[in-house]
Amino acid sequence: MDFNDSPEEAAYRDKARAWLAENAAAHLAEHGEPKPTTPEHMAAGKAWQARKAAAGYACITWPAAIGGGGGTPIQSVIFGQEETKAGVGYGYFTIGLGMCVPTVMAFADDATKQRFVSPAVKGEEIWCQLFSEPAGGSDVAALRTRAVKDGEDWVINGQKVWTTGAHYCDYGIVLVRTDVDAPKHKGLTMFWIDMRDPAVEVRPIHQMTGGREFNEVYFTDLRVKDSQRLGGIGDGWKVALVTLMNERLAVGGSAGPDYRQVMELARGLSGANGPALKDTAFREKLADWYVNSQGLKFTRFRTMTALSRGQTPGPESSIGKIISANQLQDLANTAVEAQGEYGILTDPGLSPMEAAFQNSLMWAPGLRIAGGTDEILKNIIAERVLGLPGDVRVDKDVAFKDMPTGR
Amino acid sequence: MDFDYSDDQKFLKDEARKFLAARCPPSVVRGVLDDPAKSYDAGLWSAVAEQGWLGAAIPEDYDGLGLGRVELCAIAEELGRAVAPIPFASTVYILAEAVMAYGSEEQKAAILPRVAAGELIGCLATSEGPGVITPSALQARVEGGKLFGVKIPVTDGDAAAMALVLANEGGRPGLFLVDLKASGVKVETLESLDPTRGVARLTFDGAAADRLGEAGQGFELVQAILDRAAVLLAFEQLGGADRCLEMAREYALGRYAFGRVIAGYQAMKHKLADMYVKNEVARSNAYYGAWALNVDAPELPTAAAAARIAASDAFWFASKESIQVHGGMGFTWDVDCHLYYRRSRQLSLVAGAPKLWKERLVSELEKKNAA
Ligand SMILES: Cc1cc2nc3c(=O)[nH]c(=O)nc-3n(C[C@H](O)[C@H](O)[C@H](O)COP(=O)(O)OP(=O)(O)OC[C@H]3O[C@@H](n4cnc5c(N)ncnc54)[C@H](O)[C@@H]3O)c2cc1C
Repeated sequence: MDFNDSPEEAAYRDKARAWLAENAAAHLAEHGEPKPTTPEHMAAGKAWQARKAAAGYACITWPAAIGGGGGTPIQSVIFGQEETKAGVGYGYFTIGLGMCVPTVMAFADDATKQRFVSPAVKGEEIWCQLFSEPAGGSDVAALRTRAVKDGEDWVINGQKVWTTGAHYCDYGIVLVRTDVDAPKHKGLTMFWIDMRDPAVEVRPIHQMTGGREFNEVYFTDLRVKDSQRLGGIGDGWKVALVTLMNERLAVGGSAGPDYRQVMELARGLSGANGPALKDTAFREKLADWYVNSQGLKFTRFRTMTALSRGQTPGPESSIGKIISANQLQDLANTAVEAQGEYGILTDPGLSPMEAAFQNSLMWAPGLRIAGGTDEILKNIIAERVLGLPGDVRVDKDVAFKDMPTGR
Repeated sequence: MDFDYSDDQKFLKDEARKFLAARCPPSVVRGVLDDPAKSYDAGLWSAVAEQGWLGAAIPEDYDGLGLGRVELCAIAEELGRAVAPIPFASTVYILAEAVMAYGSEEQKAAILPRVAAGELIGCLATSEGPGVITPSALQARVEGGKLFGVKIPVTDGDAAAMALVLANEGGRPGLFLVDLKASGVKVETLESLDPTRGVARLTFDGAAADRLGEAGQGFELVQAILDRAAVLLAFEQLGGADRCLEMAREYALGRYAFGRVIAGYQAMKHKLADMYVKNEVARSNAYYGAWALNVDAPELPTAAAAARIAASDAFWFASKESIQVHGGMGFTWDVDCHLYYRRSRQLSLVAGAPKLWKERLVSELEKKNAA
């Protein structure tokens, strides 16, 4: 039980810190801090990723031969902590490098891997994940997008939805139905596709945050080669599970303010009986948030310890998102309510902390849904950690085409 | 970073679990519960002493095993699982830890070997009535080395031979070691929520009092002692919470309703998943506390508070929802659920309720942020 860095870890941290001090400054001098979602912001993100890759700080746990850092999971966590402290970081690569490219590495042929892995690590190409459809988000296996064999090629028709980053991505992995006579899990196949193909149409969706980070994606007679297939025909569900497993491992410190910022805010706010920070009910909430945040941080450390002892962490990492997404929502709401009537303002120039709490309040519902809803994550814990029976599955042995559907 | 028990510690923990499975089955706990004359199980107490657990963290110079605090945490976790009906916490986490941290050489030599041998049971006496004890409300007083006043309730006060008593001396609070077998002490056993742990009213009328630590520092000292105890208690709470989840899981997998096991219903699955999440958050915070306690880190006050808050929450939730999962059976005397429900309340209150720890945690965070 040792909370401190081991000598090797401390040495790595020093090295990373020194590199970040120099390179973050150089990067910021060159690019400044452009507004998120602008082309300048994307360019800055790609430049930062390239800089990291050149120094072995991109995809730290991947072999150096494919462009990674050849390091350990703990080194990856250490670098992440220091990078956050250094105040640089871009979200464009998380889905691609965390989920899509690992799936390509696991299932593609050597030529495909050669072609795609290194450019993705360097930030030259960005990937998206095209799983969800109007007919299936939680129940991904209910998807309807069809791929039909035509000579040597496959022809894809259908629609995906809520695809993060589809509007700026170069490539994507897409799960489609290749057999409607089989039960739903048996008739799926995975492909990689070129998002710039004219047969792919991307339509941004307006989110409740006001932003447009995710999209509808339409396929009209999109032709793909059989060599773009990832895994066997009809094995798409197994391939998707690998992607989703990596999703849980892609350790993304949840963005947004934490208990420290709320404390800072409350220090300067007046409450009914003096400063808001002195309000008992408020203090109790603050304590709970702190305890949860620490709990999650140390749970990650426990996972790292297991990894460093050669064990594989299991689905128990699902607890992270349940807690952090719900907590962000609660914390943001409390902070907004503490501002009184003023809390409804979202003008970054007027609102405390540039309206960070108002922003989080509007993002939190999405965080509770994306990457598995609270309910699905609890099912995962119940079934795979605690070994409880699965839910009743009325569609398990039914051919997909005979499955009951609602809207 | 290494955030888990070591292999040796895991071995110790496994052995402790096996030992307690054999020596402390629920029948032993119920033996104390059902017999008003019994405040703890004496047989288990001496067996535990023979294992060396009472002196696990006591240095070898004082006849202990000289292990670290993490080993003690591992034992605590197993004692909590077994809802062991013995005055372990009062004696080991509180009396022994307090004497090791603040005792004079004489006090150490007089007390620690007797604790390690199982010959001396301790207790902590601070409360004097409903609500929280504050410097201005403190009534007990020491005059010319003699203690006067009433302490109620005192956990393990009926079994203990030595008490740590908070009392004013010259108008300032101090902490005193009092021999409960000497004259000037009256002990009355009281009924409580958790009869598997003894509770008493101690009335002092001129009992000899020997100061521990500096004069006038009673409140600070009690807090520092509770910081240490809180980490160890958090492990007991965690052990109890884990057992509640296990019992609920086992029951849910065997009980049928509407043609299928109730463990297949999502309301039950999500309840058990919620228990699991709370227990893991508590475990992670407890590990941080164990580290801070073991190396006496400056982070101990925050780490102890976080460990205690998370563990109190987890054990409360697991103990009440485990009864719910057991349905009507869970509400009976014969099913073990209530042993844990009682113990969860006992452990949450005995070293300051979670509300107090939350306040303490936030004041610590304020200090840290101001610095
Ligand atoms: C910000 C954001 C980004 C996203 N990015 C992507 C992306 O890049 N790529 C992609 O493929 N998808 C993406 N998604 C889609 C996301 O994965 C789905 O929205 C999510 O899995 C939920 O599916 P759904 O929206 O169809 O909801 P539904 O599945 O229709 O669920 C509706 C409600 O029913 C509940 N429910 C469903 N099934 C069960 C069950 N078995 N038991 C109990 N309750 C149940 C859900 O928990 C939810 O409360 C994104 C979503 C968001 C919000």
